[in-house]
Amino acid sequence: MLQDKDRIFQNLYGQDDWGLEGAKRRGIWDNTKALIERGRETLVNEMKESGLRGRGGAGFPTGVKWSFMPPEERRDGRPHYLVVNADESEPGTCKDREILRYDPHTLVEGCLVAGFAMGANAAYIYVRGEFYSEASHLQQAIDEAYEAGLIGPNACNSGWDFDVYLHRGAGAYICGEETALLESLEGKKGQPRLKPPFPAACGLYGCPTTVNNVETIAVAPTILRRGPSWFAGFGRENNTGTKIFSISGHVNNPCNVEEEMSIPLKELIEKHAGGVRGGWDNLQAVIPGGSSTPCLSKNICDNVLMDFDSLREHSTGLGTAAVIVIDKSADMVEAIARLSHFYRHESCGQCTPCREGMGWVYRVMKRMVTGDAEIEEIDMLWDVTKQIEGHTICALADGGVWPVQGLIRHFRPELERRILARKTGNAPAQAAE
Amino acid sequence: MSDAFAFDETYRARAETIVARYPEGRQQSAVIPLLDLAQRQAGGWLPTEALEYVATYLDMPNIRVLEVASFYSMFNLEPVGKNFVQLCRTTPCWLRGSDDLRAVAKDVTGCGLGETSDDGTFTVVEVECLGACCNAPMVQINDEYYEDLTADSFKAVLEALKRGETPKPGSQAGRAGSEPTGERATLTGAGESA
Repeated sequence: MLQDKDRIFQNLYGQDDWGLEGAKRRGIWDNTKALIERGRETLVNEMKESGLRGRGGAGFPTGVKWSFMPPEERRDGRPHYLVVNADESEPGTCKDREILRYDPHTLVEGCLVAGFAMGANAAYIYVRGEFYSEASHLQQAIDEAYEAGLIGPNACNSGWDFDVYLHRGAGAYICGEETALLESLEGKKGQPRLKPPFPAACGLYGCPTTVNNVETIAVAPTILRRGPSWFAGFGRENNTGTKIFSISGHVNNPCNVEEEMSIPLKELIEKHAGGVRGGWDNLQAVIPGGSSTPCLSKNICDNVLMDFDSLREHSTGLGTAAVIVIDKSADMVEAIARLSHFYRHESCGQCTPCREGMGWVYRVMKRMVTGDAEIEEIDMLWDVTKQIEGHTICALADGGVWPVQGLIRHFRPELERRILARKTGNAPAQAAE
Repeated sequence: MSDAFAFDETYRARAETIVARYPEGRQQSAVIPLLDLAQRQAGGWLPTEALEYVATYLDMPNIRVLEVASFYSMFNLEPVGKNFVQLCRTTPCWLRGSDDLRAVAKDVTGCGLGETSDDGTFTVVEVECLGACCNAPMVQINDEYYEDLTADSFKAVLEALKRGETPKPGSQAGRAGSEPTGERATLTGAGESA
């Protein structure tokens, strides 16, 4: 198990002062100037060496992403922007919220360091609108940092000018997609842009922009301070570092916890969340990385490791590392149908396969819950999800159909049972346990 | 409600601070935050006059502002009650009993989903995931999150609001945040430095 001394978020539970005083006590803002003095190239290379992969769901290597920004010699006079994605809305995921409200200075310091490493003089932090008190904490942290000269002109006496601005959204899951977020930040409907051009070439206001998740940016200063090999020493190769896991659903003690990557799922749940309600054998399924990631049946949960590659081997993903635990008392089909409802509601309506498909999938799923369907419709549902997947501008529709695919993959007998039970006039509304 | 709308002094000052966050000529970026301000001043919803005011304020065509106001779920284009109760319905909350909370809301406020009480005290709606899943089930009322709810504790919250009191937001089970209940395995020595 990860030791407390190696946890980046020392105030994850708000047990200490989240303001500047407390943050400094915990080592945040400790000689940030020295980090900046290492220079852009060194910082980017060290991030690459640390193996950090983006914490917002896609898992793209952070250092590589930063290196896409134009280097000094290719600057063309346009400003460069860092945009932080704090539009945390993936069902199951509630980790960035804890950073925003209880450790906001990790994020503000991260903005400066990451912003410098990509040649940006300004950062916009896009916080989901519903996080009202979280945004207030963050704004206070920003104000404190300005006041102390940590950001603003000549930030931390580094010679680098850096502004940090808070921007509150207004309720739209799609704005977690990076180009939809940029549209929204420009004052428009949050509808994803066609790529290319990618944001590093043409992002916010048509300028070079990098969009990173809150956790990705907030861990950067500690990684650079303690060294990339320290961070790379946790987890398995290609899956390094520490990570905040959100454990929700049918566990005894739901919680967020920062743990080592590649921790076995069972150990994570039992050690930190008090185990599955009613014991491990009462487990029905786990959604391992937020609502978009396909569920796993219990036999896989017995041994699977919580990292990108291990979960991928089981046709799912680490996503945001939001573990939703479902015990045997729950109606598994309804649990997934609710997610279909979510994606139908959140589709931005731009692409036909998503706008029409999410509604269609939800309507079929509603019938699957009661068994009011034909056996062949299970295959048809599968086929249609495969036709939706990969045929839209952004990944929302992919995320909308993957949970259904996971259900069919692991719970087809339950779907068939309901359909047959209904046909034989023996139809319980709920799954019989 | 059809009177002309304009920011009062407080809101105008806040609007100016917000517009200053964006580069010159990019004031359209402020449309969401300004609509939020307008909604607050107008009592929880956006009458047409408020939309038009924001459009003029930011030098945008009215339709662009309406487009934004109708796209984002936090903007109400119809009046709502004094306490805008948003029940999270998504899977993590549902697994932990959000259906019970819907029944409690109906019981205490008399409102089904999408309804406003006759005296204008409550509007109850169901919404998608509010991002507090480790504190499920939860409900947002105006700006505040009420978390770790049970039927009883939610009933107490709503009844307090009915009496005109301000119940304490956050976890109703006594948690500070999303730490595990009881003895925990991590972050046991408070304030340890990284």
